[in-house]
Amino acid sequence: MPFIPHTTDDIREMLAAIGAADIQALFDEIPAELRSRALDAIPPALSEMEIGRLMSERAAADGQKLNFIGAGAYEHHVPAAVWAIVTRGEFYSAYTPYQAEASQGTLQLLYEYQSMMASLTGMAASNASLYDGATALAEACLMAVRAHRKSKSQRILVPAAVNPDYRAVLRAVAGGQNLAFELLPYDPRGGVTTTASLEKYRGQDITALVIQQPNFFGNLEDVDALTDWAHEAGMLVIAVANPMSLAVLKPPGEWGAKGVDIVCGEGQPLGVPLSSGGPYFGFMTTRMEHVRQMPGRIVGRTVDLDGKAGFTLTLQAREQHIRRSKATSNICTNQGLLVTAATIYMSLIGPQGLAKVASTCIQRTAELVAVLEKVSGVRVAFGGPRFHEAVLLLDRPVRGVLEALAARGIVGGVDISRDYPSLGNALLVCATETRTPGDIATYARALADVMQSAAAA
Amino acid sequence: MREQLIFEHSRAGRSAAAQYPLDAPAADVPENLRRRSAPMLPEVSELQAVRHFTRLSQLNFSIDTHFYPLGSCTMKYNPRACNQYALLPGFLGRHPLAPESTGQGILQCLYELQEMLKEVTGMRGVSLTPMAGAQGEFAGVAMIQAYHKARGDHARREIIVPDAAHGTNPATATMCGCTVKEIPSLPNGDIDLDALRASVGPQTAGIMLTNPSTLGVFERRIREVAGIVHEAGGLLYYDGANLNAILGKVRPGDMGFDVIHMNLHKTFSTPHGGGGPGSGAVGVSERLLPFMPVPVVGFDGAQYRWLDEKDLPQTIGRLSAFMGNTGVLLRAYVYMRMLGREGMHRVSEYATLNANYLMAKLTAAGFELAYPGRRAGHEFIVTLRREARDYGTTAMDFAKRLLDYGFHAPTTYFPLLVPECLLIEPTETESKEELDAFVAAMVAIREEAKADPAKLKGAPYTLPVRRLDDVRAAKQLDIAYQAA
Repeated sequence: MPFIPHTTDDIREMLAAIGAADIQALFDEIPAELRSRALDAIPPALSEMEIGRLMSERAAADGQKLNFIGAGAYEHHVPAAVWAIVTRGEFYSAYTPYQAEASQGTLQLLYEYQSMMASLTGMAASNASLYDGATALAEACLMAVRAHRKSKSQRILVPAAVNPDYRAVLRAVAGGQNLAFELLPYDPRGGVTTTASLEKYRGQDITALVIQQPNFFGNLEDVDALTDWAHEAGMLVIAVANPMSLAVLKPPGEWGAKGVDIVCGEGQPLGVPLSSGGPYFGFMTTRMEHVRQMPGRIVGRTVDLDGKAGFTLTLQAREQHIRRSKATSNICTNQGLLVTAATIYMSLIGPQGLAKVASTCIQRTAELVAVLEKVSGVRVAFGGPRFHEAVLLLDRPVRGVLEALAARGIVGGVDISRDYPSLGNALLVCATETRTPGDIATYARALADVMQSAAAA
Repeated sequence: MREQLIFEHSRAGRSAAAQYPLDAPAADVPENLRRRSAPMLPEVSELQAVRHFTRLSQLNFSIDTHFYPLGSCTMKYNPRACNQYALLPGFLGRHPLAPESTGQGILQCLYELQEMLKEVTGMRGVSLTPMAGAQGEFAGVAMIQAYHKARGDHARREIIVPDAAHGTNPATATMCGCTVKEIPSLPNGDIDLDALRASVGPQTAGIMLTNPSTLGVFERRIREVAGIVHEAGGLLYYDGANLNAILGKVRPGDMGFDVIHMNLHKTFSTPHGGGGPGSGAVGVSERLLPFMPVPVVGFDGAQYRWLDEKDLPQTIGRLSAFMGNTGVLLRAYVYMRMLGREGMHRVSEYATLNANYLMAKLTAAGFELAYPGRRAGHEFIVTLRREARDYGTTAMDFAKRLLDYGFHAPTTYFPLLVPECLLIEPTETESKEELDAFVAAMVAIREEAKADPAKLKGAPYTLPVRRLDDVRAAKQLDIAYQAA
């Protein structure tokens, strides 16, 4: 029996010890009329060899395309050592570190992770992860409501230049607790959020302003001006940051005169493969004064009975297993294994390496934009500084172009026309350090081909 | 044994070097947006990093190294094949927003997983997007609310939760903007039906239950519970934390539940990963189909595709930026295909055999059960209140001493209503020898408690650290390393 060690002798001896005639007798408290019928819709068992063959065929069918999509998930090189260690059974098959003495490996790693993320974002305190970037933003908004005691409105300003799927998650996850999200338009020329769009809220009770840097279009926001404006108006500031960009961009803890109040985002760029959408992890950091309002696990360093340093989950009075209905969040399991990957990634890459990856991303995207905008029927939507994404405007619907590119082995970007109808036929493209100049040339040739053949047809 | 912090291995100017671009340009960033000082990340060689994290891993207990009878957590073996086949390059390198035409292989896996989960739970629809049990719970309660709201029934804001429930249940209800009403359990572990009848009414949105309950026993009158709640206009939520006990034996849909979440990281053997990633897929009855969280995989007979807000306009919405913890879903898919139709019921049969055997052996060895005379589901509760009274040793002392004997401790002090309790869940993948060794350790520890209670109070002795000062951890908060 797969994964079950019992021999016939074992079963006999065990039933005798229990005093049961057979295994079925152990289910005698389940009323007979509720017993399951046969599970006909489940296929018969496969051996490891057979399922291996099946999965390999399906994975091969999906193939490995040349990827130019970002939009919240980014293809970076993942060092070989990262997942070789992450999948060690001692990390892979351990539980949440409730028994601290038997979990010092995971706990110390989480403490190291918290230290790295605090420094990377320029904040004092980090939690040990949330589910993903989108839910981290939802939790950050709920946290802002708890942390900003003077504000009663539960109104949060969210720029349209924030990832639209994040905004959808905000509505689904935080909407039930009567938070009101108000959309800030972006400047159609720069593709950024301006303080002019904030003026109409001056003097009103607003809990927090969200700023995504780089924003969904890849553009760099004037974070100092936005942060200072919000703080002067009595709001908290929530930064949504790409951790990779923070190797070269000003950390949110240094935005404006005071720095932001909460930082959150998607941790995937740090050593987590695209994996068709997950698992990834959300990160969150904050000022020390708000640490008790932060959701999720937090690891602290302390001492044991002999005075020796050790690590343990701390501030658990915030959490659901203690506070039940009064907890800061219902979060329990988070994304520990992905944080393990990120911690090993940051350790291998180091501060120099991270800066080199980030600056190469900027460079490659600049090169990509430069060649694609030369293709007939393509222009760049926004000027101004950007990180590793850009919006291109096409002279025809994007969907058909993307399908034609996919047929040539290229996933050429994301069609954002549905989320931003005023842009027209808008394509969001990305190039990370993994795209070589040769890849970029291949994309440019394919796009020129597709645009030309469609024009001819 | 102590492993230094990674920062203590760090030396300025050292780096692993092979993993980043060799000839990177200077970053082209405007002066006012530029980072001025480097972040505090370690500067170590590849070997130093590999050795450090390998050593850290060795400080952990895990299923691969130790028996881990943690009640309510289903710490069963995580087959290696599930990991290997989820990490195939075609799945791993795929961007979630790539056209569906380039992802028919993975979409087929996910679609078939939805279908298999429908079959084992008896539900009509499944959405795979929730990323953990607590998010599945959130989705479930949000769907219950959306259902009432769609019917114009706005007064239903109260969620009933048994006092034995997992802490996420009341926390979830609050997150959904509901109020929580707790109802008591009877001394035999069943729900107090009179208290339930007195609690339901036009304010009742629903009830959150797990069956078998967190007390380890099957709620025999579940159909009556369903009748009472449904008659009052409420819906039934099944917390799938304990699905391992009944897999292939009885289906939540047949018990009358309207919505369930499944912890794929428990029942379907995806790894716990030191605290995630999990997966809290939800299953729904007919009346909740329109409200499922998106995206869901659809199949038109030729192509698989994601169904989103356009296809399900009444959806409670999107719970993740993409489509949930896809890699976890692939692992669960491989596991279910390897067990197959004939293997599903074996999970609950041998999980239950192991639990009842361990319960019988511990009882025979003189330990006291919290609910004697009941069958164990896949887990059961020992109360150490006699040992506490006679020797002054607590359940925590036993738990810590078990670590010295090479066993991860069972769940302690949960459920909250049983004094000095150990909630013990052996799972189906443990051998009889392992269970016998655990009983022997418990007996030996009780002898120690009798002879020298102080010895237990000081445990553990053989682990990387001894008992930690939690009060100091919270008072003198040190949650990030500061370079000297």
